[in-house]
Amino acid sequence: MTNLVAKDITVKADTIPLLETASFTLGPSESVAVLGPNGAGKTTLLRAALGLQKLTSGTASLNGADTHNFSALARAQQIAYLPQIRPLAWPNQVRDVVALGRFSHGANLGKLKGKDLTAVNDAMAACDITHLATRSADTLSGGELARMHCARAFAAEAPLLIADEPVAALDPRHQFRVMDLIKAYVENGGGALVVLHDISLAAKYADRIIWMKNGKIIADGSPYETLSEKRLADIYGIRASVKGARVLIEGAL
Amino acid sequence: MTSDYKLVIGLLAACFASLFAACFLGATSMSFTRVVSAIIGQAGSGDTLIIWQIRLPRAFAAFLVGAALGASGAALQGLLRNPLAEPGVLGVSASAVLGATFALYYGLTSISPWALPVAAIFGAVIATTLIALAAIRTQSVVTLILIGVGLSSFAGAAMSLLMNFAPNPFSLSDMINWMLGSVSNRGFNEIAFAGPFMALGFAILFATRRGLSALTLGEEAASGIGLNLKHQRIWVVLGAGLATGASVALAGAIGFVGIVAPHVIRPFVNHDPARSILPSALLAGLFLVLADIGVRLLPTQSELKLGVVAAIIGAPAFVWIAMQRRASHD
Repeated sequence: MTNLVAKDITVKADTIPLLETASFTLGPSESVAVLGPNGAGKTTLLRAALGLQKLTSGTASLNGADTHNFSALARAQQIAYLPQIRPLAWPNQVRDVVALGRFSHGANLGKLKGKDLTAVNDAMAACDITHLATRSADTLSGGELARMHCARAFAAEAPLLIADEPVAALDPRHQFRVMDLIKAYVENGGGALVVLHDISLAAKYADRIIWMKNGKIIADGSPYETLSEKRLADIYGIRASVKGARVLIEGAL
Repeated sequence: MTSDYKLVIGLLAACFASLFAACFLGATSMSFTRVVSAIIGQAGSGDTLIIWQIRLPRAFAAFLVGAALGASGAALQGLLRNPLAEPGVLGVSASAVLGATFALYYGLTSISPWALPVAAIFGAVIATTLIALAAIRTQSVVTLILIGVGLSSFAGAAMSLLMNFAPNPFSLSDMINWMLGSVSNRGFNEIAFAGPFMALGFAILFATRRGLSALTLGEEAASGIGLNLKHQRIWVVLGAGLATGASVALAGAIGFVGIVAPHVIRPFVNHDPARSILPSALLAGLFLVLADIGVRLLPTQSELKLGVVAAIIGAPAFVWIAMQRRASHD
């Protein structure tokens, strides 16, 4: 059982608070969405909880141990972290990029064997990119690229997944495809924390939504409990009508 | 057998062939059987002397210098995620030359023969550290190369200063030798003092090569998949500094080899920086051995400098690679 617990974490850049006394948990078989406007501190929340950003106060722990004391390798074996997608430095083969997901297991690119090979093949099959294996990553479309990075995260076979806007800049179909992949991962016992910008997508896929604004967690609960017209006005400053998990955005307030 | 092994074995064979070919060149023309028997020590003392004291050390020095620069270039390119990174362009070689001239001019080399490689490595490590520190703050190639230009200019100016103040002024031609780079008159004695540092630098770069693959994803994602960024930076800086510094101690500044070799190798290893280190070292070594053969074959009045030939081939390649780059990478 792998649990990530952030308790009252605060991050300040000089004196400006980026994150204030935020607390949340992430466990197995749980899919959590993080929603909030630009600059709400979503990425900071992920990085601080992962132990990649220094905390001003509070604690973030993984299975009871402080995440800031984890070596990069030990952390990667527990949590697959997908930061916002950046262009690759080199035009690598898709298979090699997915194989990087096995880095924390000691895999060498081009010399995969045993469990590493199986994990990479399984992840590529799950993300439907097996046919792209030998393609150069700089020839992929946005949707294919997103699936490649998902496959890289899944290849790690870590119990938790933290993804920062994995569906940014994707068309609706590809957004659903990527979210389906994450859903399948959660159904297999994984725990996923995903930053999203699409409220309907979050409401459809997440068991819980963490609502953020101005560096604070405003609410944390099931879409049913926390998604409301007032909430959307509060968080995003938008006028919207909400019926169950259906959201119709009418305009800015 | 994977294609990686085939590449390495092919390059190794070519390197041996080029080293062997280099044994035929010189004032005394020697037949195939004379060269072979001299190499295996079955010939007269004259032939053995020519091969083992003059021709082989020179070719071997060219190979080692090329290999050190090729590996450093490949590793620095992986670390900075940039195909234009190279010890010469980044000012690392010039800083090493400054360290070496400092040791020469102030007579440190008469205290201990280790002073020369140590001083050159010191200069190289300082420059590499500065570049790596700058690379944390900016991803812009232009900035890094401008820092390289600054470092080179500073090293050049400081060397002129040394010339003015040196207690026992070296001849101008000696200084030019260092700045242009040459392996003429190198013996196994000099190689023995630079070799261990080169080997250590190469071993460090080779041992930490996996992290360079991880860096393909960018620093954030690389640390996300389990790379200790700080350690990776320190090791590459140290490894490239040792290898480049030692190569400068042996042959002076030879530029652009570290850019051309990895660029040629990359498509053969699926653009994986980790897999490019060993083949890049071999190709760069081969390139310098061949360039040195060219230097000796050219019927010029005074012998051309190896560094000049390397730059004549390498600098246009650098410009071409720079022009191929898409704006999105900056």
